[in-house]
Amino acid sequence: MSAPAFEAVALTRSYQLEGVSVDALRGVDLTVSPGEFAAIIGPSGSGKSTLMHLLGCLDRPTSGVLRVGGVDVATLSDTELAELRNQTIGFVFQSFHLLARTSALDNVALPLVYRGVPRAERRNRAQAALEAVGLAHRLTHRPAQMSGGEQQRVAIARALVGDPKVVLADEPTGNLDSRNGAEVMNLLERLNHDSGVAIVLVTHEPEVAGRARRQIHVRDGLIEHDTGAS
Amino acid sequence: MRTAEALRMALEALRVNRLRSALTMLGVIIGVSAVVVLVAIGTGAKNAVEQEIAGLGSNIILVVPGQLNFAAAPTQSRLDLADVAYVRRVVGDESRVTVSVQSGETVRVGRDEAFVTVVGTDQYVANIFDRPLRRGRYLSETDVDTRRRVVILGSEVASRLFGDVDPVGRQATISGVRFRVIGVYEKVGATFGVARDQEVHVPVTTAQRLIGVARINGIAIGASGPDEIEGLQQRVVDALVQRYPGEKFSAVTQTQLLGTIGTVLGMLTGVLAAIAGISLLVGGVGVSNIMLVSVRERTKEIGLRKALGARQRDILGQFLIEAVLLTTIGGVTGIVLGVGGALLIAAVSPVPAAITWWSIALAFGVSVGVGVFFGVAPARRAGRLDPVVALRAE
Repeated sequence: MSAPAFEAVALTRSYQLEGVSVDALRGVDLTVSPGEFAAIIGPSGSGKSTLMHLLGCLDRPTSGVLRVGGVDVATLSDTELAELRNQTIGFVFQSFHLLARTSALDNVALPLVYRGVPRAERRNRAQAALEAVGLAHRLTHRPAQMSGGEQQRVAIARALVGDPKVVLADEPTGNLDSRNGAEVMNLLERLNHDSGVAIVLVTHEPEVAGRARRQIHVRDGLIEHDTGAS
Repeated sequence: MRTAEALRMALEALRVNRLRSALTMLGVIIGVSAVVVLVAIGTGAKNAVEQEIAGLGSNIILVVPGQLNFAAAPTQSRLDLADVAYVRRVVGDESRVTVSVQSGETVRVGRDEAFVTVVGTDQYVANIFDRPLRRGRYLSETDVDTRRRVVILGSEVASRLFGDVDPVGRQATISGVRFRVIGVYEKVGATFGVARDQEVHVPVTTAQRLIGVARINGIAIGASGPDEIEGLQQRVVDALVQRYPGEKFSAVTQTQLLGTIGTVLGMLTGVLAAIAGISLLVGGVGVSNIMLVSVRERTKEIGLRKALGARQRDILGQFLIEAVLLTTIGGVTGIVLGVGGALLIAAVSPVPAAITWWSIALAFGVSVGVGVFFGVAPARRAGRLDPVVALRAE
């Protein structure tokens, strides 16, 4: 049995805002197994984004333990954390975050640049990833030449290109109409089913969260309810 | 991340903001081309002066009474022809010693006149100085001994007074005394502002009578080789001091003149380069400024790259390379413009300009250095951005 994708114990995160300490997370215990499809759901300000940033190793907890793929992130330097992100985590953002003047192919290949993969191989893998999300015909298009749904699929291809253990999706349908949103959710579902990559999505929409097999409800910096708690 | 990749990214970033990149480079371009042009002019001036000095002849020692001092008036000479004979005995070869006595006088031919330097000298002048003849002959021993009224004209004097006519054998009046022209010198140019083409040479004895003196102004000695110069210089000065106890004599060589003038002109070149360097510095500040703007503009991109696994050093490298690329492209352009400008100046103006490799290498090195120096602060700022904050940026 391999290590959990994420394992958080008594995780807290507080911020200093103009001298006042704000507790965004107040002690979260959470385990996400490999291949899971989980949704973190909660109203805005509940701490779900903070939790996602911590899980994504973009930020460090104030206290508590977080293990990503069995590795305690507190033991890692910033550089090692960057490498961990690069190797094990794929990100999908609400506003896609594609480089505007760069083709779909090069956008998708970007994570591999930081892994030192040679250019030809990068392009091959990026092309395969774009084909997997049904965008084989959009390789040289720039973001502005594509619809929102297509852009988000490019972003998903980028998240997948490095063969991550987990894809973290932050409101992936937030900027899409319902038809494109549904398409993106179908895609995530299929990827989770076909390739076994764990997917953790963060949303405030119950319908979107309902597509996941597990719902983790967050409120006021704590897990209120977790349908998959073991 | 590989360097080639970083370079590609940087080029792309510069290409995207073409106008801004070009304007930022302009500061570096101006600075670098100014360095190249001004150093070229400074070096050119130095070369020109060195050529002038070398153009006098080779291994010349000039003996003058007193001390050579630019701050004081020259010492009135107490040397006369007997002293020249004495120096000739000290040197041991009379044909390697010549003499000069000078005065500004008016030369007339018909109704034309010219104010020239009349130099009284002897038959050995051409052994020591480079004074090729275009026509006629040099002064002879008999000319000097018998105080003949003969004159050799500098090329400019000849063309002014005689035009296209061959002056040899014709008459010219110097200070009311009639002389016969026996020769015309080739054009030799100026040395230290002394227009040697506006001189006329007459026998030293004739000149002394013409201007009413028994003295001479100076003695010039031609050493047989560079190795002999120093010893000969000392020997002549010592001999003169022995003959006139308590008085001072100076013997200067071309090398010494070159040394002094070279130092002055070298300093001048340095000052010019430093002034140009300041504009390069200002260009560097511009680069720093634009890189800061660029980092701010691309905060979101930096956040994204970090999320995707860029390490701090990847981001730092990306922006640093961008800054260095800006200044390097600017530097190379500046060098091309500077070299072109210097060549143009040399071609169309009397200002001499000599391009030196060291100034090009220096300008290139400095422009790369400026990129690193002024790129580091913005690049570090980019590298240290917190990915969470950066991703949220608008």
